[in-house]
Amino acid sequence: MPKEQANWSPYDNNGGSCVAVAGADYCVIAADTRMSTGYNILTRDYSKICKLADKCVMASSGFQADVKALQKHLAARHLIYQHQHNKQMSCPAMAQLLSNTLYYKRFFPYYSFNVLGGLDNEGKGCVFTYDAVGSYEKVGYSCQGSGSTLIMPFLDNQLKSPSPLLLPAQDAVTPLAEAEAIDLIKTVFASASERDIYTGDKLEIVVINADGIRREYMDLRKD
Amino acid sequence: MFRNQYDTDVTTWSPAGRLFQVEYAMEAVKQGSAAIGLRSKTHVVLGCVNKANSELSSHQKKIFKVDDHIGVAIAGLTADGRVLSRYMRNECINYNFTYESPLPVGRLVVQLADKAQVCTQRSWKRPYGVGLLVAGLDESGAHLYYNCPSGNYFEYQAFAIGSRSQAAKTYLERRFENLADSSRDDLVKDALMAIREALQGETLKSSICTVAVVGVGEPFHILDQETVQQMINAFEIVGEQEGPAAEPDAAAGQEAAAEQGGSTDEGVAPMDI
Repeated sequence: MPKEQANWSPYDNNGGSCVAVAGADYCVIAADTRMSTGYNILTRDYSKICKLADKCVMASSGFQADVKALQKHLAARHLIYQHQHNKQMSCPAMAQLLSNTLYYKRFFPYYSFNVLGGLDNEGKGCVFTYDAVGSYEKVGYSCQGSGSTLIMPFLDNQLKSPSPLLLPAQDAVTPLAEAEAIDLIKTVFASASERDIYTGDKLEIVVINADGIRREYMDLRKD
Repeated sequence: MFRNQYDTDVTTWSPAGRLFQVEYAMEAVKQGSAAIGLRSKTHVVLGCVNKANSELSSHQKKIFKVDDHIGVAIAGLTADGRVLSRYMRNECINYNFTYESPLPVGRLVVQLADKAQVCTQRSWKRPYGVGLLVAGLDESGAHLYYNCPSGNYFEYQAFAIGSRSQAAKTYLERRFENLADSSRDDLVKDALMAIREALQGETLKSSICTVAVVGVGEPFHILDQETVQQMINAFEIVGEQEGPAAEPDAAAGQEAAAEQGGSTDEGVAPMDI
């Protein structure tokens, strides 16, 4: 007798795409604001981006309920860190914490595909990319979500990140200026919105640099 | 008379119906250096005297931020106070996680009191040897509570605990009726005056006291030494003339700050913050 399968899943995919690009002294994190389920749109105005620390921002696509829980969990852990160390967590520290938090639920994962972006302790941009169970890597740029298969090849073409297997170890940071990086991201999302039905409505861009954090929006196709 | 017979452990009553171990714990609070608190309708100020054990050591941290809207000043066994602050911080974080809103001060204080009570009814435990002045803001306004090692708690308009706190309390008793409508700055000045009373003769300088404020639109934070020194200079001059003059104070403040040199540097030992 064939094994009976569950017809209920604890997970859902709310779609959407996230991108992050690191520069010499800035970091840009962007995500669309469409939240969907199946072939329906739940809302056109949902932020997938969350500020975890002063110089550290996370964008996540996947199951937004898990994303929300993950964000709350990290925010609480950050508060504890601040009480104990009297300072904000650095981006690399938060990166490790996120990895550990995800692996903690290795056998009932957060259905959350994350990119973490920010400035490291020296003020250089850094981007970390994750899978659902916490495997992570520091990279110069990355994308996750439903549009990632469309976006990633284009970013590879434009940003040519050196392979982490190369020796001597090379810088994983792009040579682009801040304005150019933002422009690239806008182009990339406009393209992804054309063919990925789950990406569209509005693009939210967060830029972190020495001056602080600022937010920008751009309209995308609503179909 | 029979005090020594019935004071061996906390679970033994005396014939007069007292728990001596708990009372001894309250004595420990009286031995600690002074901490004061006062509140208006919109702000609560905490202050404490920082007495280092010797000239070579740094002083102990006695004021802790518990959450954006709650802070605590302790007197007595600082280690016990630190542990209780960690508990309070945890409770605030957990409450916020579940209810997405700040933990009401009154609730936290009850939880703290219940935790202290447990230690008065277990033979393998001892009471916490620390008194806590909990300052916080919630929907029902500004609050100041005092938590005892006994597990009791009281709400106050103004209070002082620790050694030589009676002098500060006397000052506060004179002032407390006017506190409710005080401005934030006047409240801080009153706190500094109360601390001065607790110092009894010693010159009040920002290096031997700590002041923290929480209020409407102002998350709990400890004032930095320069600000405190400027306020000290402002009101020490007030005794001779009407009102604080801005320019002479800034100069005096800078002089005093230069004197203290390294102690105003935020990069020094975290204990100094």
